[in-house]
Amino acid sequence: MSLDTVKHAAETPETELPWAELGLKPDEYERIREILGRRPTGAELAMYSVMWSEHCSYKSSKVHLKQFGEKAPVSDAMLVGIGENAGVVDVGQGYAVTFKVESHNHPSYIEPYQGAATGVGGIVRDILAMGARPVAVMDPLRFGAADHPDTRRVLPGVVAGIGGYGNCLGLPNIGGEVVFDSCYQGNPLVNALAVGVMKHEDIHLAKASGAGNKVILYGARTGGDGIGGVSVLASETFDSTGPAKRPAVQVGDPFQEKLLIECTLEVFKEKLVVGIQDLGGAGLSCATSELASAGSGGMRVELDTVPLRDSSLSPEEILMSESQERMCAIVEPDKVGRFLEICEKWDVIATVIGEVTDGDRLEIFWHGEQIVDVPPRTVAHEGPTYHRPYARPEWQDALQADDAAKLPRPKDAGELREQVLRLVGSPNQASKAWITDQYDRYVLGNTVLAQPEDSGMIRVDEETGLGVAVATDGNGRYAKLDPYTGAQLALAEAYRNVAATGAKPLAVSDCLNFGSPEDPAVMWQFAEACRGLADACQVLGTPVTGGNVSLYNQTGETAIHPTPVVGVLGVIDDVARRTPMAFAEQGQLVYLLGDTREELGGSAWSQVVHDHLGGLPPAVDLERERLLAEILIAGSRDGMIDAAHDLSDGGLVQALVESCLKGGLGARIVVPDATDPFVFLFSESAGRAIVSVPRSEELRFTDMCGARGLPATRIGVVDGDALEVQGQFSIPLAELRQTHEALIPSLLA
Amino acid sequence: MTTRIGVVTFPGSLDDMDARRAVRLAGAEPVPLWHRDKDLHQVDGVVLPGGFSYGDYLRCGAIARFSPVMESIVAGAKEGLPVLGICNGFQVLCESHLLPGALTRNDHLHFICRDQRLRVENADTAWTSSYEAGQEIVVPLKNGEGGYVADERTLDELEAEGRVVARYLELNPNGSRRDIAGITNEAGNVVGLMPHPEHAVEPLTGPTTDGLGFFTSILKRLVNTP
Repeated sequence: MSLDTVKHAAETPETELPWAELGLKPDEYERIREILGRRPTGAELAMYSVMWSEHCSYKSSKVHLKQFGEKAPVSDAMLVGIGENAGVVDVGQGYAVTFKVESHNHPSYIEPYQGAATGVGGIVRDILAMGARPVAVMDPLRFGAADHPDTRRVLPGVVAGIGGYGNCLGLPNIGGEVVFDSCYQGNPLVNALAVGVMKHEDIHLAKASGAGNKVILYGARTGGDGIGGVSVLASETFDSTGPAKRPAVQVGDPFQEKLLIECTLEVFKEKLVVGIQDLGGAGLSCATSELASAGSGGMRVELDTVPLRDSSLSPEEILMSESQERMCAIVEPDKVGRFLEICEKWDVIATVIGEVTDGDRLEIFWHGEQIVDVPPRTVAHEGPTYHRPYARPEWQDALQADDAAKLPRPKDAGELREQVLRLVGSPNQASKAWITDQYDRYVLGNTVLAQPEDSGMIRVDEETGLGVAVATDGNGRYAKLDPYTGAQLALAEAYRNVAATGAKPLAVSDCLNFGSPEDPAVMWQFAEACRGLADACQVLGTPVTGGNVSLYNQTGETAIHPTPVVGVLGVIDDVARRTPMAFAEQGQLVYLLGDTREELGGSAWSQVVHDHLGGLPPAVDLERERLLAEILIAGSRDGMIDAAHDLSDGGLVQALVESCLKGGLGARIVVPDATDPFVFLFSESAGRAIVSVPRSEELRFTDMCGARGLPATRIGVVDGDALEVQGQFSIPLAELRQTHEALIPSLLA
Repeated sequence: MTTRIGVVTFPGSLDDMDARRAVRLAGAEPVPLWHRDKDLHQVDGVVLPGGFSYGDYLRCGAIARFSPVMESIVAGAKEGLPVLGICNGFQVLCESHLLPGALTRNDHLHFICRDQRLRVENADTAWTSSYEAGQEIVVPLKNGEGGYVADERTLDELEAEGRVVARYLELNPNGSRRDIAGITNEAGNVVGLMPHPEHAVEPLTGPTTDGLGFFTSILKRLVNTP
């Protein structure tokens, strides 16, 4: 069929286009016609359909997300906020850090290896596009039941994909999470976070300004991969006789991405670009419309100049392709020559595909004929907004009334010991080394802490020791019981984890994984989680800098647990002062910081021992979290503590086991008077950590806690080669290690 | 005069910056060498760093071998130029036939990153003279294709001539024959090593500083050479 040009579209208003198949609603299609004053061309329809998709437009979520801006605490550290490819935070000494977490859930279920691999690739390009050198990645992952046969298909593929891409890209993988729960069986969550470092003056933005400046597409050739929804358009309307040429999931080439990184950083160094944007979801449609929309003028693109992997691609397909490892730069005409030289040095293909105009339209041509003529803002930034109905589900009360406190508890010390072993050997509490050992944590030579430490820590400056720490956390079980509190607990835990390693928390990036927004119950969970997170960020003084929303995570009518995953970034002046989690020296004193209440709702114990989810999650006290963080940071800076470990799922006993095993040293623990040993060990009260204190520092440390009003209870001493809870049980480290480390390989290797 | 150690960057090299840092911490001057440039810039030794040169899409190290810089390095090595190949660099040395044998996919089929205990078997090479023969060290290991293989006769020869430079202890992480972690050529100037000593040069970022010896060895040798 002939090319659907703008002229042709104006002359044939009656032509029916497959807007419904592309996921547009009748009123959305009507609005496009209104904006253009005619029917859209096939190419225009394709662009609007992907850019107005939930994924790109946040049409269901943005009315709730705006709280992150409205309630944002005033922070001197914030250099670039929500809306750009990633937020940027000042970490001092002239350095800025950018970080962001994003989801790649659905592709990873269909094709675990490539889905997870391109998830890493995409987030790394977001970081690069800000002007930063990517320095680390981490992956918060959630899978179905650990012993389910399909988990054996999905998990090894996802892990190999993350490793295959990240390892080949040369980025250390320093943390993340692996959580198993049957609610993720048909819908695993594969989130990816990347961190980048730059100098303040290197910050770049995605905008096309300066009429006459050139638009350069560089990186991989464009192929037929990842076209997705547009395949309907292509096959039914434009070329029904052509070959089927598109896998549903994009295919990654980490080698190409490595070249793209080095090439882009060299281009930045010589100050050759005015604006830059990576190509991810929605490909060229997104990059051209966003660049033009954010800039001062219009843009003209000659689409037939785009280098192709498959010469039979139609213009619509080229606009929609999500081929990986591509970037789009705006370059002044006299710098184009040097730009192309650098690309040639790195064997990166670069092509001038258009230029910035002084108009206000995005115009795209195909062999001289115009196929797109749109106001770019209407594509990129003025998509539809939905106020979806939401309602607290009627089952919420019953769920919260089903209190975990009534579950049978261990009858005696023998049963207590047995349940401790069951807990530390359960899928969620067991060592994930089999997984994380498939990731390179050493490359670049700046990794100070990596998993299983509370947060990953990267040295930024070799001379001064300046560093950053990042932790990601989320607990879908807590959020299911109470999404408002669950989101706050996710933030509190990540915040605490960063502080436990000695870094000061500065900023937040979040990945909000939820079910279908068309379900009012899910929408209520989403609204509550956003409200909870925004409120907590305000109190803790850590603004949300960006992130991602992933909706429609469900199988049939059943949604996943609401799973807000929160990443917190912190700064540490000298990484030599960091606090690791391992007990390092016999004789040091173990202190429990914070208050332990009887809080078992959503706990690991209730899941492992009773397969139960009910009651209320632990209460949140943000002021306490802030105080605890201050103590942990001061203790680290002033050399008062040699180890620190946050208490979260699994409670005190899980933290003790991890600190003992990491250091290869035992501990002798005394249950404080008037305390129930079971609650002491298994409760998941928030705002707590354990620390080990050298005897010489004890007085100074307890004085500090006393003066600041933080409860600090001496609960024992680092000693021997067993974890002994006096009067209750003693478990040799060898037995703990076997239980803790054997499970995951036995299920997955 | 400062000792100059070249570190090659191929497209896809990843640990080149780390190798340069290790060279610097050992007290030598790191000199970046570019894969397309035949000129070795009068360096006194060369490190081929870890990574995935040219994506390793054909076979690890198979394309890097044909790069212009390798032409000069192969010629230099035959004249006695000290060359250390780490991980991907080891693979390049085998593909270049400067060292015998080959590196194959790990026997368990997974990439593995761990702190690995090694025994330095030969402390007489250009890159191991800072160690004692038999000394045990711990350095990071990270590879997907690190299983060293060669025919039995070659393996016997390597053993008989003392050309096994380092051996895995406690756990063989990749199925290498005879637990071989590194080997040298007959002259002792070319060493290939699967583990990464450049990641064990600072207490803060490595499990130990045991790896520094590889880089101080070369310094010692060059300083002592008249």
